[in-house]
Amino acid sequence: MNAPDVPIQTHQVAHHFATAKQEFDSAKFGMWLFLVTEVLFFGALFVAYGFLRWRYPEMFVEAHRILSWKMGAFNTLVLIVSSFTIVMAVQSIQRNRQRLAQRYLGITAALAGVFLVVKYFEYMDKIHHGFLPAKFFSGVGVSEHLHLFFGIYFTMTGLHGLHVLIGIGLIVWLMKRNRQGHFYSGFFTPVEMVGLYWHFVDLVWIFLFPLFYLVG
Amino acid sequence: MTDTASTTNYLNSTTGWRSWLFTLDHKRIGLMYLLFIAISFGLGGFFALALRLELINPGKLLFTAKQYNQMFTLHGAIMTFLFIIPSIPASLGNFILPLQLGAKDVAFPRLNLASLYIYVLGAIFCVYSMVAGAADTGWTFYTPYSSTTDTSVISMTMGAFILGFSSIFTGLNFIVTIHKLRPPGMTWFRLPLFVWSLYATAIIQVLATPVLGITIVLLVLERVLGVGIFDPALGGDPILFQHFFWFYSHPAVYIMILPAMGIMSEVVSAMASKKIFGYRLIALSSLAIAIISFLVWGHHLFVSGQSDYAAVIFSFLTYLVSIPSAIKIFNWVSTLYRGSIDLRAPFLYFAAFLFMFCVGGFTGVMLASLSLDVHLHDTYFVVAHFHYVMVGGTTIAFLSGLHYWWPKMIGKMYSEFWAFVAWLFIMVGFNMTFFTQFLLGSKGMPRRYYNYLDQFQPLHAFSTSGTWVLAIGFLIMAFYLIDSIMNGKPAPANPWGATTLEWQTDSPPITENFHDTPVVTTDPYEYGVAKS
Repeated sequence: MNAPDVPIQTHQVAHHFATAKQEFDSAKFGMWLFLVTEVLFFGALFVAYGFLRWRYPEMFVEAHRILSWKMGAFNTLVLIVSSFTIVMAVQSIQRNRQRLAQRYLGITAALAGVFLVVKYFEYMDKIHHGFLPAKFFSGVGVSEHLHLFFGIYFTMTGLHGLHVLIGIGLIVWLMKRNRQGHFYSGFFTPVEMVGLYWHFVDLVWIFLFPLFYLVG
Repeated sequence: MTDTASTTNYLNSTTGWRSWLFTLDHKRIGLMYLLFIAISFGLGGFFALALRLELINPGKLLFTAKQYNQMFTLHGAIMTFLFIIPSIPASLGNFILPLQLGAKDVAFPRLNLASLYIYVLGAIFCVYSMVAGAADTGWTFYTPYSSTTDTSVISMTMGAFILGFSSIFTGLNFIVTIHKLRPPGMTWFRLPLFVWSLYATAIIQVLATPVLGITIVLLVLERVLGVGIFDPALGGDPILFQHFFWFYSHPAVYIMILPAMGIMSEVVSAMASKKIFGYRLIALSSLAIAIISFLVWGHHLFVSGQSDYAAVIFSFLTYLVSIPSAIKIFNWVSTLYRGSIDLRAPFLYFAAFLFMFCVGGFTGVMLASLSLDVHLHDTYFVVAHFHYVMVGGTTIAFLSGLHYWWPKMIGKMYSEFWAFVAWLFIMVGFNMTFFTQFLLGSKGMPRRYYNYLDQFQPLHAFSTSGTWVLAIGFLIMAFYLIDSIMNGKPAPANPWGATTLEWQTDSPPITENFHDTPVVTTDPYEYGVAKS
């Protein structure tokens, strides 16, 4: 085991746990349960999506051409790489390489930022052409219910974008604590938990991308 | 273990308002939850009294039709989201779960405190909605009315959304606590049945609540942006809202009743001084109810335009719920057989529960049958049915648990005489109010109507007078419970001679719960077995 890169503040196990392992296992189990609630949260949206697509298949085919699959594919790549870099951050902490972990966390946050910037340009383009939910819809198209596609598109990608934003906040928080020497081979619970969260956020996008951009 | 109360306990170990507002002690958090829940119950009860008063005569008495709609909406929303869903898990559960388990706290104490504050924030939204043009949609917020009415639907639904997170965090905390914080020897089948029921409840809280959350988000977006998913004019479908809503809200009914059943299992065993009959079946039937609860939501849509085929399946699945419920009832009654029954308040409420929950359950089976439901749907029969389950079942069990654990929580004994008087008022008042409504409903009185035919007037008047008897019962209870805090006799560590772990520590418990980590060597209900 390497000696830590930075001065370490040793972690104290909370009073109601008997061992550090019990504490870590509890946190991890709790995080997985939280992700289960997230799956159901998005799950209902996927059901709504499925319902609309089943009812208006031609409209979905027309609407998806309005989205730029190139930007979507680029963003998919960005998130997959960021999933890799956060794993490397966790692994670096486990090996007491705090400086390296800091770099990987920084890259992950930057990639998340890139994702949001691309998303911003996509959104601006849709807003500019009036492809919006019904109250603000002024887009031009053949199908009657195009606004439904953009209603569910903005709802789902918007909520996903919110999760990305929260993820950036969490990673910045990790970087702050890592600089203060809170994480080392004996304690890396928050890094691992944020990692799990980040994989979930990526995974949602892996489903959103084909469902909205690659409708056949 | 001592029989004399030690001088320091969780109530007086630290003082000052900060020590309460920033506490991480599950016992203090549970007690604060109890206070807020009691206030919510008072508020919801006030609206109930007001709307029943309006219904004493046909036509206008005090309120306009719109005000009446707002009042039953507030009554339903407050009682559901602010009172009955958090009632047992968040207050009694928070306090008792770690004690029964033999743990020092729940797994995530800070998350526990956060869930309390999230609850308060959600309550603020609901109260704000009350003053800012209260919602008039009914607590179910059905579209398209809820997406078009000019009342404050957004703040009320956002309140419910926020309260959902409070519920999720409590459930998540309990699941992890039960999995990870059991002391040596506390195997799954040595868990007290209240813990089993909280476990089953927590599963529903974690799995169902997010769906309500997203449904509410979609409803709010519908109002703000016109997303259109629930709006037929925009190409959406309002029935989809009903599916989403009941996917949560039917399991939510079991969030309410499961912990109540858990309390009943504790109380019946302790007050009869007898080992619970059929421990494993009671424990597993809680899980069975939790699982089946996810598959029955369609019975709320029998007349909403789902396919007949789906309706038949939902009807069948709904019947299935009665099997695990009946298993519990039979096991409780069998536990009483040859027990030495202690007729104090917790048992009185158990007896009331047994009777009223059966009435609620049997009428539930009636409503699950398709042909009867078409006749009874949206009548007072349904209102009476779910009040027998929610009030006659859950609230009565909550009161049983409140009296049962009051000495442990507060360290004082309440007045057994006044408890009996209050119980009598509540029993009589409740049955006056709601049994009448079975009659009204079967004669065709629709629910949520502001006005009605003259022929229903005597029954409506009788039902309304029942609410006053019920209210007197609750007022008496409030007085003697508050009085006991100041003037009650100090409670012994184990006033009921019960065997679960929470009775082996002081009343009230010390901050760390136990002087030494308990080591469990027996089943939870070993009555009549000599203790070393």
